[in-house]
Amino acid sequence: MKDKEFEPIIGLEIHVELKTKSKMFCGCSADYFSHKPNTHCCPVCLGLPGALPVPNKKAVEWCIKLGLALNCKIPLFSKFDRKNYFYPDLPKGYQISQYDRPFCVNGWLDIKSQIPNSKRIRIRRVHMEEDTGKLIHANINGKKCTLIDFNRSGIPLVEIVTEPDIRSSEDAKIFLKQLYQIIRYLDISDADMEKGSMRLEPNISVRVKSQKFLRLPFSQIQDKRSGQAKIKSNNELLDNNDLPNYKVEVKNINSFNFVKKAIDFEINRQLEILVNGGVPKQETRGWDDKKNITYPQRSKEEAHDYRYFPEPDIPPVRWTTNQILNIKDQIPELPYKKIDRFIRNFQISQYDAMILTDDIKTANYFEECVILINRFGKKSEISPKIIANNIINKKVNINKNTPAEIMNIIEKKAEKFHVDDKELEQIINKLIKQYPKAVKEYKTGKTGVLMFLIGQVMKTLKGKGDALVIRKFLEKALQ
Amino acid sequence: MLLDKTIEELSTGLKQKLFSIEELVQECYENIQKYNPKLNAFITIINKKEALRNAREKDKNISRATSKLYGIPFLLKDAYITKGIKTTAASFVLKNYIPQYNATVYQKLLDAGAILLGKMNMDAWGHGGSSENTDFGPVRNPWDLTRVAGGSSGGPAAAISSRMAVFAIGEDTGGSIRNPAAWCNITGLKVTYGRVSRYGTIAYASSFDTVGPMAKSVGDCAQVLEVIAGKDMYDATSSSKNVPRYSELIDSPVENLILGIPKEFFQEGLNTEIKNCILNSTKIFEKSKIKIKHISMPMFDYGLPVYYLIGPSETSSNLARYDGIRYGQKRKEFTSETVRRIMIGTYALSSGYYDAYYKKAQKARTLFIKEYDKALSECDVLLMPVTPTPPTKIGELMTDPLQNLLADVYTVSQNPVGVPSLAIPCGFTKNGLPIGMQLVGSMFSEDLLLRVGHIYQKATDWHKKYPKLEG
Repeated sequence: MKDKEFEPIIGLEIHVELKTKSKMFCGCSADYFSHKPNTHCCPVCLGLPGALPVPNKKAVEWCIKLGLALNCKIPLFSKFDRKNYFYPDLPKGYQISQYDRPFCVNGWLDIKSQIPNSKRIRIRRVHMEEDTGKLIHANINGKKCTLIDFNRSGIPLVEIVTEPDIRSSEDAKIFLKQLYQIIRYLDISDADMEKGSMRLEPNISVRVKSQKFLRLPFSQIQDKRSGQAKIKSNNELLDNNDLPNYKVEVKNINSFNFVKKAIDFEINRQLEILVNGGVPKQETRGWDDKKNITYPQRSKEEAHDYRYFPEPDIPPVRWTTNQILNIKDQIPELPYKKIDRFIRNFQISQYDAMILTDDIKTANYFEECVILINRFGKKSEISPKIIANNIINKKVNINKNTPAEIMNIIEKKAEKFHVDDKELEQIINKLIKQYPKAVKEYKTGKTGVLMFLIGQVMKTLKGKGDALVIRKFLEKALQ
Repeated sequence: MLLDKTIEELSTGLKQKLFSIEELVQECYENIQKYNPKLNAFITIINKKEALRNAREKDKNISRATSKLYGIPFLLKDAYITKGIKTTAASFVLKNYIPQYNATVYQKLLDAGAILLGKMNMDAWGHGGSSENTDFGPVRNPWDLTRVAGGSSGGPAAAISSRMAVFAIGEDTGGSIRNPAAWCNITGLKVTYGRVSRYGTIAYASSFDTVGPMAKSVGDCAQVLEVIAGKDMYDATSSSKNVPRYSELIDSPVENLILGIPKEFFQEGLNTEIKNCILNSTKIFEKSKIKIKHISMPMFDYGLPVYYLIGPSETSSNLARYDGIRYGQKRKEFTSETVRRIMIGTYALSSGYYDAYYKKAQKARTLFIKEYDKALSECDVLLMPVTPTPPTKIGELMTDPLQNLLADVYTVSQNPVGVPSLAIPCGFTKNGLPIGMQLVGSMFSEDLLLRVGHIYQKATDWHKKYPKLEG
């Protein structure tokens, strides 16, 4: 009953550390993980007096690249802004980020959801910022203290923000998996959640479907900064119009499963409040992965006023259409396109295509093998499907062998398993006679019995032969 | 006195071994010892023995010198980061701060072979126009010790005026080079935004801050600018525009240039003596066949509001890093003038006020850019006063914050626009206090300003006068 009346509204914010050689605004090495604290620092990332930021061109290009892969528009004018707030891990007292002119806007990603087949999640923005230092709470000589490691300070960070288009924790997980895959394809980040190089923040609220009392008239849609009503595009207006007037943000989660759990926990927590006639509080919550619960961190009243303003130390960025096209050219074929092409060109199943394209290395490896088919030719028994099976079932080690070596292995295996057509026909004819009942059942439409017959053929062949070929011959013989 | 010579003359003399770097440095220290106790121009004086040792070392290599600044003693406003040398921005917040790196401008001067003698007093963080807002005691004007030296680069101006070194590097955010230059009778150049790297400059208002020379003459400023200007990979706002040979270009002809006089800069509020003195100087320009044109810049009145919204906004953010945790001193060390600017800026950027203040000021800034564009398309150079009054009495501006802001009225509008401005001495009041004027040009027209300023200094000797501080 609940499900019919209520519906979760979910948006995601994702932070991804880029694996550029140097940091976002200085020349320090960005390879900071597990290095000795405060060894990858300079006046710039320590925020020393007089130091100035110089943007990392590669990082900016990678941000654009990700935006393009997520079907974003790239405005030809963009700029950096300062986000002012105090925290001991933020040495300048402000974070260089992007406020109203992000590098990428208005994109989308189609996710392979369960219902219906695919669903479009809109991407609001993809922008560039810098990471903060890291606080380490330690006990030194029996005294509790907090240490700061600035190695992470100034690591390039991309933030991806979706529209609140996600309606289930499962879809959120699917979206994140696909996003992760794209990031890996672009080779711009390790997106290693355990190391914190991909950090996830779901925004969750629950909407009452039928009732209007939670609806927010557009005049009350508040601009984040000015607190003044702000009318945006018609589309956005309509969407926002239907949104609950509160949302709960869960901060810094480091696994897809925890995101799913946190969302489910929140939906239930909020539902309970709503069912009892209340409205959940707008707040930021944390995720406790031991207790599997979210807990309050900061309420709306305690929200920061970040006093964003244009970063005066960095000139605005102006792109030419050609520059954007050049970046676009560097984007490899992305997973969803690759899946379609593999199915179309190689006659493999969607399931196989998805597994093969899971990471770009396997996908490329597979294709290199397929190209070699002709070379191994003489109407080779080796089909892309056979290669796919070998790779998927890990019968071959793609980390150890070259595609040519693997093709040799598969070829030899195929020879070993090769069955002469005539021999096969003879065996089939014999079996048809041996199992008249099964043949009769097949002819009355119980095609399931075919599997039994294939099994019998293979048994006779002592494991030789290809199931697909056997099936083809069997079908022919049974007609 | 060696210190009366121009950089050109000093450089030639050193090469010909008519005198030594050691003698030159020695003379600086003599003047520092004599006059600094009266003026309080220094925050840090470099150890004399060390400087002399450095000088002797350089004397040995004089034949190999390539830069005109080789062996030339200079001073830095204490806003510049100097590795291993205390840098305070005149605030007790950085009382004992010893930096780990060098500002680009300092490094360039070191590379040229110039010798640093001291870090100079100023208004803390650049917040002020009199060098009284300093935790190290006010800088006194060498022409009248009961008066201020101007600010915020008051220390450098007072020191150059009294011949404690050959040149200094000031920093100008809204008049901070030009104002003390005018009140101490020296020449100061506020460069085009982006002409000189800001890396290692303790920021006041990042989009206004400029790094420029302060010296005895236009010629000396040209020599210094040639060395310090140019693209810096550490400053994204520095320009990659080619650096002209300013010192060679200053003798280029000026005939038929048009000098604009915007009437709004000569109206109510401007001291009559200053007004007449500056307008009189046009005769000198006319003799050099420069044409005079009277124009109007009606945006004038909005200069102070634009400056005092954007400047404090940026400073409120720039000073956030001095959070009382990392630099050893508490935030209560900020002076009330600085706290005032932080508060105004924080307010102007706050939710609900941003559009009404910061954003509006930025829009007005765009209008100013257009207004200067228009004026400088009709004229080559604009002539304006630097300060509305002669140097004020010590304490006068500090007790009246509003009056303090008004002291910048003629110099605040160039920084939001970014255009360069050259302040040069043009006479004295009947009480013997210096008067300065400024020549303003379009973006990256330093060569032109220096040319026009040089013509004026060839025809006059105001800039050669220096205060009598003996006894």
